[in-house]
Amino acid sequence: MTQLWDFSGGIHPAENKYLSTTRPIETPTLPERLVLPLQQHIGAPAEACVSVGERVLKGQPIAKVTGAFGVPVHAPTSGNIEAISMQPVPHPSGMSDWCITLIPDGQEEWAERDPMTDYRSLTREAVLQRIRESGIAGLGGAGFPTDVKLRPPKDRKVNTLILNGAECEPYITADDMAMRERADEIVTGLRIMAWILRPERCIVAIEDNKPEAVAAIRKATEGTQTEVVVIPTKYPSGGEKQLIQILTGMEVPSGGIPADIGVMCQNTGTAIAVSRAVLHGEPLISRITTVTGRALSNPGTFDVLLGTPVEHLLTQAGLESEALRRLILGGPMMGYTLETPSVPVVKTTNCVIAATGQELPTPPPEQPCIRCGMCAEACPMELLPQQLFWHSKAGEHEKAEHLNLFDCIECGICSYVCPSSIPLVQYYRAAKGEIRVQRAEHLKADRARERFEARQARLEREQQEKEDRRKERARAAAEAQARNQAEAEDAGPESPAADNRAAKSALVEQALARKKAKASQPAAPAVSPESKGESKVETTEQAPDIDALEKQLSQATAKLNTMQSMLEDARAENADNVEKLERAVAKNHDRVKRAEKALAEARN
Amino acid sequence: MALAQQTSPHARRARPTSNLMLWVMLATLPGLLAQTIFFGWGNLINVIWCIALALGAEAAMLRLRGRPIAFFLKDNTAALTGLLLGLSLPPLAPWWVSAVAVLAAIILAKQLYGGLGSNPFNPAMVGYALVLISFPVAMTTTWAEPALIWQSAPSLLETLNIIVSGQQSTIDAFTMATPLDQYKHNISAQTSTEVLQHPTFGEGVARGWEWVNAGFLLGGIWLLFMRIITWNIPVSVLGGLAAMSVVFGTNADLYTPLSIHLLAGATMLGAFFIATDPVSAATSHQGKLIYGAGIGVLVYLIRTWGAYPDAVAFAVLLMNFAVPFIDYYTPPRTYGHHKARRGIPGRNQG
Ligand code: SF4
Ligand code: SF4
Repeated sequence: MTQLWDFSGGIHPAENKYLSTTRPIETPTLPERLVLPLQQHIGAPAEACVSVGERVLKGQPIAKVTGAFGVPVHAPTSGNIEAISMQPVPHPSGMSDWCITLIPDGQEEWAERDPMTDYRSLTREAVLQRIRESGIAGLGGAGFPTDVKLRPPKDRKVNTLILNGAECEPYITADDMAMRERADEIVTGLRIMAWILRPERCIVAIEDNKPEAVAAIRKATEGTQTEVVVIPTKYPSGGEKQLIQILTGMEVPSGGIPADIGVMCQNTGTAIAVSRAVLHGEPLISRITTVTGRALSNPGTFDVLLGTPVEHLLTQAGLESEALRRLILGGPMMGYTLETPSVPVVKTTNCVIAATGQELPTPPPEQPCIRCGMCAEACPMELLPQQLFWHSKAGEHEKAEHLNLFDCIECGICSYVCPSSIPLVQYYRAAKGEIRVQRAEHLKADRARERFEARQARLEREQQEKEDRRKERARAAAEAQARNQAEAEDAGPESPAADNRAAKSALVEQALARKKAKASQPAAPAVSPESKGESKVETTEQAPDIDALEKQLSQATAKLNTMQSMLEDARAENADNVEKLERAVAKNHDRVKRAEKALAEARN
Repeated sequence: MALAQQTSPHARRARPTSNLMLWVMLATLPGLLAQTIFFGWGNLINVIWCIALALGAEAAMLRLRGRPIAFFLKDNTAALTGLLLGLSLPPLAPWWVSAVAVLAAIILAKQLYGGLGSNPFNPAMVGYALVLISFPVAMTTTWAEPALIWQSAPSLLETLNIIVSGQQSTIDAFTMATPLDQYKHNISAQTSTEVLQHPTFGEGVARGWEWVNAGFLLGGIWLLFMRIITWNIPVSVLGGLAAMSVVFGTNADLYTPLSIHLLAGATMLGAFFIATDPVSAATSHQGKLIYGAGIGVLVYLIRTWGAYPDAVAFAVLLMNFAVPFIDYYTPPRTYGHHKARRGIPGRNQG
């Protein structure tokens, strides 16, 4: 029997799960069009690799990723690409983003699949690569690319692999139904991940309000080492940090990741996706989503093709439009409202709630905080929500951060219990946003300052070097002159003019000798006849001329540097004079090159 | 389809502030009932008078401050302040004493600080302390003798007349000192047995006070059961008081015994209904324990060595002063951190 720990705080909101668990998982009809955002998760957006009008097959990649962080997108069914355009996507801000629109042809014609039935005979890298190419991102919340997550830092060993079947948010039943009906696939996926990570323990954690799921998973894990742990129902026990605390008694260090304490959590939906990708060669093109709420006459759980418009799902579940007041993506505690039902289902969409006004009434107006401490009592992270609220509202970010604002997991419990109906989480989100913006600005300012200081230092260094060279030359010249004078004195007393002439001719002789030596070298750079002539003429006045050229060069270089850093700044700020500066830099670059060339020739 | 745009969480537990305050008010009923049975109509009349005045004063101040009147009156906090004053003032206190206390509570201690949630001091206790200091005679001589054992208990009208006319001379016949007062003043010259001979302690006054305290204890336990208050403050108030009494005053011939400390005066009312006022109390678990224990200790100190027989109001107010300090140094340790971040930013970062 695994020992269970409790986490502080937590609540027991009305579950409302029965709404969508009365029927088995259903497959909705094929919608008219599928809209596939290029970015469905944390990380870099994918790049479309099909063109408008092209016919694609089910499971064919239609957008690829180049960077390490991100996953590709696949066609959920066969059909034609209608557009690659900006479309409304599921996002709290109701924004639009690049999407590929696919018109299904109803053929369901699969692209070639490559099952890895005997994955154990392959390298772990190959399996990880398959997971990545199959477009799998965490199907629970933020949608972290699964292959990246399955590669914990080199110095961290994952001892405990947890499959999170807690599903603690009210209304959501996607994991519950999946565990009931696809327990074998879930356990297979878990085994593949365990094979990759080689943990000492594998745990499937399920809240005790899902007895059917527990029974199904127990059956599927019979005879294996995997432990099925039934945990008490309490929100947010499905939160990664809370679940780890319940199962291990350990806390994930602030700012760290679970692997820091040897733990990794994966979602049950992710396990299904991994299993299908490896054993059947099927990329992630569908997911199990709960469609529920009292504005629906027929709520249920659906196996939905990614890209299916929410609208289509609502119709399938019997939407009563007049009753609908609030449309929520995700659960009632952490989900966000949609402005339009035309957004598509993406990899992280686990629940759609079509709520009536009675079901989730508009909150009463905000009252002053009475410091009742109920929020602190219930906060699972043991924060002081009312103080955070106070400081966030007053813009005292330093104090809010001091009270660990950034440890808030935005579970919504504090707002849920607040008798004064204060939307606390909203204040925290705003404060976090402001702090992030400030930090970014600081960083930018720091970078600019560093760049400026570096340039200043470089210019000083160059100046110093130039000075040193000049002194060196002056010293050499003085020595030469002294030598010449001594020679001349040896030869007998002469006028200063003659003396000068002698010094000059000595220099000329030296220069000629150097020239000859250079010319005789086979690897000497080709010099145009014209410049040869010039150099002949200049030979007599070589020393001062090099100085002038050097000055010219350093001036040009300095100018170039200035222009370059101006250009960098402009680019960083997206200023509109970037193009002009680019031209200026190119021009100065040429100038420097010319000066260098001239100097090199002069020195020859 | 008019879709509401709202931020999470979308579900809320429906137990608004007004509701909480109403439950607190209802929870005082057993205590009020005991007061009425044992000490006559006085407290009941006071309660009604104080609530009415508190609502009036709140409304007037909200109007002056340009705030929505109905919205704030509905939160029941002003009514609760009035109720608490009505319960704590002597039952036969003249009407103008109650009025001064209520007006000071609502106007000075609450609205001038910015209204609900912004007052650093417990409004009811500010009002109480003010009249206690200003009108000591009226405040100490108007404690009624228990009505039950009284030969001719004043009727409702008589009581009303006493309160309205405020004639001290008529009151003299009906009033006597509280058990706390009696014990404290006589123990220096007498033994405990002798002190307890006094009629205050017989079947009379002390028994009445015991029932009143039991009534408030019952209401308090119900509030705990309803999770409207947490155990920290009441337990630490009573614990602090008991601990002091055990450490300093086990000799009943020298000091008031623990039983009288717990069951006389405003002990239970203070521990469950007054010290737990969330606005002016400390907030974290640990902070609440310190805050409550501080009140318990101060109650003992003032009752034993101070000039006033009862001390709940002063103890609560003194600890209100300490709340910001306590709050700074008692934040809980956040999940995933090694230790709590105490103090103010910039120092003791942990
Ligand atoms: S629950 Fe609301 S009213 Fe109570 S302390 Fe927290 S923020 Fe203030
Ligand atoms: S939203 Fe943040 S502050 Fe509020 S209860 Fe959850 S973790 Fe605590």
